[in-house]
Amino acid sequence: MKYLHLIVANLFRKKIRTTLTLGSFAVALFLFGLLAIVRGAFNQGLDVAGSNRLIVINKVSLIQPLPVAYQERLERIPGIKLVTHNNWFGGIYQDPKNFFAQLAIDDDTFHSIYPEFVIPDDQWKAYKEDREGAIVGVKLAQRFGWKVGDRIPIKGTIFPGTWEFNLRAIYTGKRPADDTTQFWFHYKYLEERENTYWHGLVGWYVVKVDSADNSVRIAKAIDTTFANSPWETKTDTEQAFAASFAKQMGNISFLIMSIGAVVFFTLLLVAGNTMAIAVRERIRELAVLKAVGFSDIFVLVLVVFESLLVAAIGGAVGLTLAKLLTLRGDPTGGLLPFFYLPTQAMAVGAVLALAVGLAAGIWPAYSAGRLKVVDALRSV
Amino acid sequence: MAIPLNYNLNSLRVRWSSTVVAVLGIAGTVGVFVAMLALAKGFRTTLVASGSPSNALLLRGGATSEMSSAVSLDQERIIEDAPGVARDSSGPLVSPEVVVIAPFPLKSNGADANVQVRGVSPKALAVRNIKVVSGRFFRPGLDELVVGRNVAGTYAGFNLGNTVRFGGGSWTVVGVFDAGGSAFDSEVWADATVLNGVYKRPTNNFQSVTVRLTSPEAFQHFKDTLTSDPRLTLDVEREIEYYDKQSQALTRLITVLGTLVALVMGVGAVFGALNTMYSAVSERSREIATMRALGFGAGSVVTSFVFEALCIAFIGGLIGCIGVLPLNGMTTGAMNWQTFSHLAFAFRVTTPLLLGGIIFALIMGLAGGVPPAVRAARARISVALREL
Amino acid sequence: MVRVDGNGSGNSLVRVRGLDKKYQRGSEEIHVLQGLNLDVDAGDFVAFMGPSGSGKTTLLNLLGGLDLPTNGTITVAGDEITHLSGGKLTSWRARHVGFIFQMYNLIPVLTAFQNVELPLLLTRLSKSERKQHVETALQVVGLADRMHHYPRQLSGGQEQRVAIARAIVADPTFLLCDEPTGDLDRKSADEIMDLIDRLVEEHRKTVLLVTHDPVAAARAHTLLHLEKGVLVEAGKVGSSAGGRP
Repeated sequence: MKYLHLIVANLFRKKIRTTLTLGSFAVALFLFGLLAIVRGAFNQGLDVAGSNRLIVINKVSLIQPLPVAYQERLERIPGIKLVTHNNWFGGIYQDPKNFFAQLAIDDDTFHSIYPEFVIPDDQWKAYKEDREGAIVGVKLAQRFGWKVGDRIPIKGTIFPGTWEFNLRAIYTGKRPADDTTQFWFHYKYLEERENTYWHGLVGWYVVKVDSADNSVRIAKAIDTTFANSPWETKTDTEQAFAASFAKQMGNISFLIMSIGAVVFFTLLLVAGNTMAIAVRERIRELAVLKAVGFSDIFVLVLVVFESLLVAAIGGAVGLTLAKLLTLRGDPTGGLLPFFYLPTQAMAVGAVLALAVGLAAGIWPAYSAGRLKVVDALRSV
Repeated sequence: MAIPLNYNLNSLRVRWSSTVVAVLGIAGTVGVFVAMLALAKGFRTTLVASGSPSNALLLRGGATSEMSSAVSLDQERIIEDAPGVARDSSGPLVSPEVVVIAPFPLKSNGADANVQVRGVSPKALAVRNIKVVSGRFFRPGLDELVVGRNVAGTYAGFNLGNTVRFGGGSWTVVGVFDAGGSAFDSEVWADATVLNGVYKRPTNNFQSVTVRLTSPEAFQHFKDTLTSDPRLTLDVEREIEYYDKQSQALTRLITVLGTLVALVMGVGAVFGALNTMYSAVSERSREIATMRALGFGAGSVVTSFVFEALCIAFIGGLIGCIGVLPLNGMTTGAMNWQTFSHLAFAFRVTTPLLLGGIIFALIMGLAGGVPPAVRAARARISVALREL
Repeated sequence: MVRVDGNGSGNSLVRVRGLDKKYQRGSEEIHVLQGLNLDVDAGDFVAFMGPSGSGKTTLLNLLGGLDLPTNGTITVAGDEITHLSGGKLTSWRARHVGFIFQMYNLIPVLTAFQNVELPLLLTRLSKSERKQHVETALQVVGLADRMHHYPRQLSGGQEQRVAIARAIVADPTFLLCDEPTGDLDRKSADEIMDLIDRLVEEHRKTVLLVTHDPVAAARAHTLLHLEKGVLVEAGKVGSSAGGRP
């Protein structure tokens, strides 16, 4: 539109100041993005938990096992479509610092129950045919530079000894939020090699139900089935399960929100102050515009637009930088498998930036709009 | 000739809105910085305090934490006879222990937290210098619990005398112990043999053995004796080192994230300070030129403005530190990923941390003050005097 | 024909009757203009002089619709502006008034061209039409070759000429000048007054000028003094065909 050059020219008036204000917005929105990433990471995969999947654990404690014999009995409960079991292996690769999740899985049922994990057919076949085969997530493979065909030694801790696996497949996730840092191998292999009291036991079960609406009812049914047995169960939806971990980090979430609030408040101050100074310097010019015939509303809108433009550009830069950060992967080396910036967070960030731009500009704009030309022109 | 400091202090007062903005920007950054590091420090301190310099912790060879370890009764007997083991009237101060986790609801939000439940023998008190502060210790063989001093406040239902249900049975809370601000304060203790039964673990099979040595120096000889014994495959560590390692993951996470956040905020605060200082220079260009015309050198001008920026920064840093002080000692909780259990710990705001915050503030002040100050000094006097 | 007795004919371009202006300074009430009358015809060149604080600028502001009087009426080209308010007054001002200030008041971040173009942005002219008008205005003031320079690249006199170009570009009904030579040296002041002369003689503009400078005032066709809140004639200084003492 024809007035754009007025707004842009004003921003170039004091380049350093405009750059600094832009920079403040960029920094604030980058931080916002960072906090959104961290919050997502602490929510431990809440976003991807399936609402029609249930987790069945030992009622006494998460770390207690369940009999493998339960698999058949679970499959017979009405409303349950698929059952698989997992075992936490907990081994060390080279150094305890190189933490990642290792699971012994029941191959076919696992594959069906987690459709979000994609494995090329030929690789899946190679895995199934190799007793010592392993499947690894793409992010994990990137982290250690593994390729299909590599031999990977893992030092067992819960299951002692040195375990060696052949990397047969690399899996990817359908969504950016999916966890691709896991390591899977055959439960049968674990069973073979490990014949201490863990024999015949599994860590926990994952169950797929026909419809999310029936989750609560079926969960109760499962727990009732195994009540008063030596191995009582506690069943929850996958979402509730993930949420319970997140809730244990509850205070951290509050901490993050507080930081976010501090940042935005400060940003508002900086932006508002800058706009106020900028308007103060230009009182005479704004008065001249009015003398020439531009209306009060015009002058007000002009000032607000300047503020919005700075907010928009600065905010875009900040959010883009945050997004780029996620492409570099997890900076803590494995502690945060979920390290990405959801689009929704970016949208919220953009709106917040513009809101701050508006708020910062509105008071100076209003006083500029109400400016009496005669007073402004009189002051030398 | 130096420009009088009053000039700067007065200028700060007159342009108070801009000053306040810059001060708050720095205060916020310093506050966040100190708070995050206090959090990390608190977590780490709690864990490290759990270890005593005269204690050794023995786990199965290769185990990284108690939960993934196993030590048999026979092995424990051998350990009792090793050189360097301290003794008191009841015998060798050797405590075989079992560690499991059990879900209990958090008082803060009702969600279940994985609480560490430790099966011990009465020897545990002597080995660790832990005192029972109310009630009594459990009697061996019974379903009784004695809990750390943070437990009743963090998890629901653990007041003295209450009955707690877990593991398919009912237990009574008979006592509270004080573990001096360490991880044990978040633990629930029971008889090891009873616990083994409840969790269907083989009897007389423990997960770790903690030994009180006669002195810290006795460690090396103790360790060498045991590691060269062919009947054992055990890892022998100083207790302090074990807990140090346990704290690493989460401490590193909080420190990395906290530093990143603080640095990014710091950049923003510097921008805010620069903005304020550049406007100050620009609004006062005629005054500056006048002073220079009067005979104050360029160096004086630079010093003067840098001083102003440092004033802002110092005040901001102070406010930030004072704002964070109330957090000191405030308990919060988090899950330690390495042990999978919930831990209550307190923010620890220490003097070095506060000093660090002030220094950080002053660095930001310098960054925000030097460029505008140099610009002020370089402006051509004649031009500035004519400017209206 | 310029009259100050309130008996002007019905077709004056500018017609002021019984103009009062009071304002508060602290606890005092200052009665700046008291029952002032004025008639100005199209093509007249009038200078107002008077001691400091006599209200010359106030009068100019009122005539230009920048302020509203306490009492009285102002009619310009048949429109009674004293009863217009807010938005309508602003639109009227855009269409009818060209201001020239002592401090030029150009926008420093815009080029000479863009400064002159400003009043045209309020019209419905297309971009190329605007360009034509701007170039013409700049030619009239003799600065066509400096179109794309910024104010800081121009001398004081050149800046004032750009300001004059801005004032005439939308072809306003009359030009109001408040101490246009106040900030200039003798030579530049003369050049500016030459230009204003030309605007009156060759382009038939109506000019109302407030000044301290007797040399500038002498260029006008009629000189009026503002004393005790009303205008007083100081004697005609020449016919509309031009002439100097």
